Amino acid sequence: MSGIPHDHYEPKTGAEKWLHRRLPIVSLAYDTLMIPTPKNLNWMWIWGIVLVFCLVLQIITGIILAMHYTPHVDLAFASVEHIMRNVNGGWAIRYIHMNGASLFFVAVYLHIFRGLYYGSYKAPREITWIIGMLIYLAMMGTAFMGYVLPWGQMSFWGATVITGLFGAIPLVGESIQSWLLGGPAVGNATLNRFLSLHYLLPFVILGLVIVHVWAFHTTGNNNPTGVEVRRTSRKEADADTLPFWPYFVIKDLFALVVILVVFFAIVGFMPNYLGHPDNYIEANPLVTPAHIVPEWYFLPFYAILRAFDGDVWVVIVANFITGGIIDAKFFGVLAMFGAIVVLALVPWLDTSSVRSGRYRPMFKWWFWVFVVNFFVLMWAGAMPAEGIYPYIALIGSAYWFAYFLVILPLLGLIERPTVPPATIEDDFKEHYGKDDGDHGGITATSPSPAE
Amino acid sequence: MSHAEDHSGDRRDFLYYATAGVGAVAVGAGVWPLINQMNPSADVQAASQLRVDVSGISEGTQLTVLFLGKPVFIRRRTPDEIADAGTVDVSDLVDELARNPNIPGDAPATDANRTMSDFSGENTGEWLVQIGVCTHLGCVPIGNGAGDFGGWFCPCHGSHYDSAGRIRRGPAPENLHIPLAEFVDDSTILLG
Repeated sequence: MSGIPHDHYEPKTGAEKWLHRRLPIVSLAYDTLMIPTPKNLNWMWIWGIVLVFCLVLQIITGIILAMHYTPHVDLAFASVEHIMRNVNGGWAIRYIHMNGASLFFVAVYLHIFRGLYYGSYKAPREITWIIGMLIYLAMMGTAFMGYVLPWGQMSFWGATVITGLFGAIPLVGESIQSWLLGGPAVGNATLNRFLSLHYLLPFVILGLVIVHVWAFHTTGNNNPTGVEVRRTSRKEADADTLPFWPYFVIKDLFALVVILVVFFAIVGFMPNYLGHPDNYIEANPLVTPAHIVPEWYFLPFYAILRAFDGDVWVVIVANFITGGIIDAKFFGVLAMFGAIVVLALVPWLDTSSVRSGRYRPMFKWWFWVFVVNFFVLMWAGAMPAEGIYPYIALIGSAYWFAYFLVILPLLGLIERPTVPPATIEDDFKEHYGKDDGDHGGITATSPSPAE
Repeated sequence: MSHAEDHSGDRRDFLYYATAGVGAVAVGAGVWPLINQMNPSADVQAASQLRVDVSGISEGTQLTVLFLGKPVFIRRRTPDEIADAGTVDVSDLVDELARNPNIPGDAPATDANRTMSDFSGENTGEWLVQIGVCTHLGCVPIGNGAGDFGGWFCPCHGSHYDSAGRIRRGPAPENLHIPLAEFVDDSTILLG
């Protein structure tokens, strides 16, 4: 795969040859594990492994929780408390699953920002990016439905608000909403189907992850310089890369250990820090919590949803042009989903020919403003929808769309990028000093690769 | 022979379209039950009427009952609230429709079109029955004169409704909806 010259699996013993002729599975595993990986990858390239770990962690703990959970409106809340108090070690499994979702999103956001900064979405890695966005959407769906299962107040009202988004669709919205809920409001039917889908989607994600990995194994990894690995000869390829096993596996595992120390400190000492106390009150359809807030990882999009009310001029214009079909409510929904659509379309919105943000002096600034803006939106989404906060959310939302629809397309035309190093080997040497030969460097010892 | 070949072409086209058509119908017929099973089940649909005793509601208070999984606000309004709601000009409203299925759908959102008649058939403006679901994203608004317009206020995204349940400010697009309701004796309201 990846067109980078490297070692391939050769069956040696009779048994290996026998298996290889029938099912080349060892060969597949070998090529996947030994993929030549750019040797200048920095610490932002660890999140992929962290994400795979999170997925496995969530699936295992989730299967265990499903053994003790009861999906019924009268019993669900009590069954979660049963897990917390009676099931052997149940509290730990549940707290790990609960905070595991947060670790999952921390990792996915850092992974996405890494991709945005180093231009990992650019040709030929658009498919990898799109599949990644599908995984992200499936993750959001899974997390949302999982949050409904404990049947607390936030579960119930979060489900009401989010399924209400579909009710905002003109003409068919109400039928779609009642189809999703299985009744006129969130109820037992909703809880049952959410458990079914919450169990299903992680396996869909697993399938997408395999395709995601397949896609970037076909194109090869990006790297901090955005310069492609030389594929012209085995010697040059070896000078730019190291095999994934053992070099990057050990590096990633080390990073994972450090992250897990923090993770288990949170699970052990502050497991409810990222949750809401309201979710420890059983769901009550007659009382709305004073302040409905989604989980932290949805807050930026929640802020975008709420930012567009009937007083914003674009909403008034859209309402007028469509003859009232797009009202403030539907506009907010469109803006929220649109925020993810523009993120998915970034391979075609970014016009710059230079891949890595490291060599784009103007892009850097806009990028870091984008990151700060992400946290501002997150904060605004957690605040009540009154006073100054809707205006902050509106400015943040405007920047989100401007970044993708105006800044990235224009920057490619007006920016003067600096010159990236010619090869990954050059970049590696610049960072790690004179090559002593152990890294398989060739330029110093043999200046002419053609020899 | 060539004549026969032309016909065989037509015949093949016909068979192709017929097979594809039958296949599409069969797939549709097979998939529809899989989709339709998620729609509200028979027992959920059956629970569609409710009788509510309103004799205990004094002036200026609200009874909230759960009907079809949603709260219904039954409010007996004070003369002040009635007077307040009556002074509003319909053209100033965000949503100019009454949203009352008990009267024609294009009726304007005047106060009289929102309130219901008592058993004698007289609409004093005292009885206001509404589905207690914010028309924005479905939260339950807070009552008892909450918000800036002396009616209801939705804490989720800050929609203000006046004392006739009409949306006045905030993201909600429509007035609070009114359910099918009538007095069946002096002190009982039939919902649905």
